[in-house]
Amino acid sequence: MIQRSLTLFGGLFVLILLMGWVMGAPFTSSRLVEAAAYALIALGLNIQWGYGGLFNFGIMGFLMVGGAAVTFISYPVNPVFWGSEGPAMLGRALLAFAGGALIVLAARKADRIGITGKWKAALTVLAWFVAYVLYRSQLDPAAAYIESAAGGGWVGGLGGHPILGWVFGGILAAGIAYVVGKICLGLRTDYLAIATIGISEIIRALIKNMDWLTRGTLTVSPIPWPTPLPQDFQAGGMNIATSLLAARAGYLLLALVVLGVVLWLISRAYAGPWGRMMRAIRDNHIAATSMGKNVTARQLEIFVFGSVLMGIGGAMLVSFVQIFDPSSYQPINHTFLIWVMVIVGGAGNNWGALFGAVLLWLIWVVSEPLSKAVFEFVSTWSTQFGWGAIPEIEARSAQMRVFVLGLVITIALRFAPKGLIPEVVKRES
Amino acid sequence: MTELIFFTNQVVISGLVLGCIYALGAIGITLVFGILRFAHFAHSELMTGGAFIAFLLASLFAAWGIVTPIPTGFVVLPIAMVLAAILALGIDKGFYAPLRKRGAKPVTLLIASIGVTLMIQGLIRLFFGAGSYSFFETEPKEVFRMDMTSIGSTRPLVITEPQVLMILVTLVSVLALHFFLTRSRLGKAMRAMADNADLAQVSGINTALVVRVTWIIAGALGCMAGTMLALDVTLKPDLAFNIILPIFAAAIVGGLGQAYGAIAGGLLIGFAETLAVFNWTMLLRPLNAILPDWMQLPPTLALVPTEYKLTVAFVILVVTLLVRPTGIFKGASS
Amino acid sequence: MPLIELKHVVGGYGGAPILNGVNIAIEKSDIGVIVGPNGAGKSTTLKAIFGLLKVTGGTIDFGGENIANSLPDKLVPKGLSFVPQEKNVFTSMSVEENLEMGAFTRTDDFSSTMEWVYEMFPVLREKRRQPAGELSGGQRQMVAMGRALMSKPTLLMLDEPSAGLSPRYVIEIFETIQRVNKEGVGILMVEQNARQALAFASKGFVLASGQNRFTGTGAELIADPEVAKSFLGAEP
Repeated sequence: MIQRSLTLFGGLFVLILLMGWVMGAPFTSSRLVEAAAYALIALGLNIQWGYGGLFNFGIMGFLMVGGAAVTFISYPVNPVFWGSEGPAMLGRALLAFAGGALIVLAARKADRIGITGKWKAALTVLAWFVAYVLYRSQLDPAAAYIESAAGGGWVGGLGGHPILGWVFGGILAAGIAYVVGKICLGLRTDYLAIATIGISEIIRALIKNMDWLTRGTLTVSPIPWPTPLPQDFQAGGMNIATSLLAARAGYLLLALVVLGVVLWLISRAYAGPWGRMMRAIRDNHIAATSMGKNVTARQLEIFVFGSVLMGIGGAMLVSFVQIFDPSSYQPINHTFLIWVMVIVGGAGNNWGALFGAVLLWLIWVVSEPLSKAVFEFVSTWSTQFGWGAIPEIEARSAQMRVFVLGLVITIALRFAPKGLIPEVVKRES
Repeated sequence: MTELIFFTNQVVISGLVLGCIYALGAIGITLVFGILRFAHFAHSELMTGGAFIAFLLASLFAAWGIVTPIPTGFVVLPIAMVLAAILALGIDKGFYAPLRKRGAKPVTLLIASIGVTLMIQGLIRLFFGAGSYSFFETEPKEVFRMDMTSIGSTRPLVITEPQVLMILVTLVSVLALHFFLTRSRLGKAMRAMADNADLAQVSGINTALVVRVTWIIAGALGCMAGTMLALDVTLKPDLAFNIILPIFAAAIVGGLGQAYGAIAGGLLIGFAETLAVFNWTMLLRPLNAILPDWMQLPPTLALVPTEYKLTVAFVILVVTLLVRPTGIFKGASS
Repeated sequence: MPLIELKHVVGGYGGAPILNGVNIAIEKSDIGVIVGPNGAGKSTTLKAIFGLLKVTGGTIDFGGENIANSLPDKLVPKGLSFVPQEKNVFTSMSVEENLEMGAFTRTDDFSSTMEWVYEMFPVLREKRRQPAGELSGGQRQMVAMGRALMSKPTLLMLDEPSAGLSPRYVIEIFETIQRVNKEGVGILMVEQNARQALAFASKGFVLASGQNRFTGTGAELIADPEVAKSFLGAEP
């Protein structure tokens, strides 16, 4: 088992070296930083699915939340907004929100004053409607004002350190995961999949369209780095190629430190009583319940924890590319890709998830240039035979990776359903 | 009256059209779930793939110079449905059947269906690029404008030819499905297997045959839904991928496994989406004449902004899952 | 030649075998009852005959051929029918549709068989349009038996037909089983109400640990002090 893992990781290392040689060091270094972030996200999913058996199809939503969080914390302050009516209007919107929440809560307690059954249900629906209208009546003008020139276009950031932004990304993801988990974890697996995918779509729609908060499709950039930028190195007299490498190495180091700490923490937790309980719950829900374990609370814990990693990973990705573009988020790239990473790597095994994340990310990024090369080769061939060239090679090869991803997952499910580095099943005494 | 016609154009017709597409898609999902017990995400690709098959056939017809009295998309639909059914059978044989044979859990099949989604979508994009296509490049899309001045409306009632045909075709298919499920031996066997697969097997029902019939129906109806959607708007590789969640919402709201529930759920979601983004001011504008100045209606008065249209389905879905997870028609609960 | 004959049947769900050599032989005129403690392999024997689990050794002869590991859709047309213990009706379908499903393998006109079933269970005729899920436990058991009879079987197998029924219905179900047998259908059933069932059984099989312990007529087994002591409990 250990030998197999070592061989696989060794192979991965050779693949990275090969990639560095063929595609160039700057390209490869960037991809490695991204791979590290994806590894963190994959660990998050591995905790949820591999440890807890919880089906989360809403990864994209948590990544977006992390990205929005780091944008908000680390982007420079927008003085126009803070000097305008905007903050006060937002304050009123917040009050309206709180008022609405109170109305809904009150309606849900209506049975205390003798309103029950259908009447209570009707009252609750009415309360939701009133609360919604109340909130919208305050938020809509505030949003319109902030989005205008007088309001500064959007709220801007807080100018904090990007690492704080990562932390905030984790916290925000935790908050949302708590609410989502409270709502959905009781559902059976396939309903949970659809519910989480639905919630992530709602999050995407909100982030994409709340221009006053996130600038929506207008995108935010440049978002500062937590480590020195290539420009900083160049100011010190370094040439461009080396500065790129040095800056990315710095970022990669930071990402690896985060990854290492997280890996150490979860390995420790998983080896301990907490992990035993998790496995017990996953493998035999009913037995664990009858043993007096609070299954729902434990599952919520695990869902929140996994989502925190996704939030942080999402924030790391956005910091790295320096742009937050809500319309670039797609379920294929940001939910299903992670799933394939964990399944191919080995659900339930952190090293498997890690391996899967790096391998799949590399496959994902090279399948485009690779298929382009193949297409060009076939194209010159077919031209020689007089069959004509393949049209639109660029656009076509960009789509190949989606096909490759699908192919990889179906093959993995068929021939290695437990993944390349499977879970080590410990015999509990 | 003008307002009422406007309401009909904006809500009744478009809600009905959207509802029909959702319903046809949701029937496939609900039947596959009922028989095979897994959420088949790749249904969107059966729809898109079916639409592209129909598009290719229509292009062939156009190239051969065949002129049809109704949009060619509808003429080639039966052939496309047969091909899409074969595609669905092939997918099952190639990807799901081996997993079932191994006794894989429904979750594994669900993940496999994601893989199939990605593969088909990748292939479609590989061959057709990421752009959009129209069925009406070589023939005009006929639009009926019915003059409504006789009932005091300054606006005409507007409906396109594909929309009329679409509603008719859906009606016919739903009726056909109804008779199949309640009158035919195989249809009853399908209901029996959805109800209790073990007992169906014990009764001597050929479950492999039922599974095949399920894929044939799912593929054919998916092709129908996809083609009609492409006829109504445009054909693009993510045509159905974008609406698979509202379709799932329709299936779940109707109760997974319940064919009639899927139809009701589809119409419900279709109308809910259309109503939620409808600008009520357009309908209530005459009230401005009697309302005091401070109560004048704002220029737009919609429940949710248009950009959140798809979100409506998810909210309905989540609320359904919370309040009544078995759906309005009591689907599979366990 | 017996209607069905199991010789040294060994089988299980893939792991350790649950059946370790079961021998059963039933004539067309017989009512065979399998009794024994929990986990003895009683229900498993019926499932093995019906191809629902893997038979790894021995033979099951039915109608002159070895049917071991044949699947139900091949066995039902050969005249074999099975009523499972639980979930044995299609709850969302009407009584009549349930019966039709029993005749799924038949291509001929089965209306006379349905008439025969309705004559046997008049109450089902009254409720034939009602969903089977709305019926009482005893009526559901009738639907289940009716469904199994629709294929015109020569051997009807029942897994604990009296489970969960009130004593009045138990008697009624047992009477029905004897009536079905008189119409020329061989019966092989598993029963918890061992003493009551053996009382009308023409053949009794006591299983323990997946093997035959005692075999004889129902009356012989009841009379055997050892069987009575170990397997039938105290005199009621």
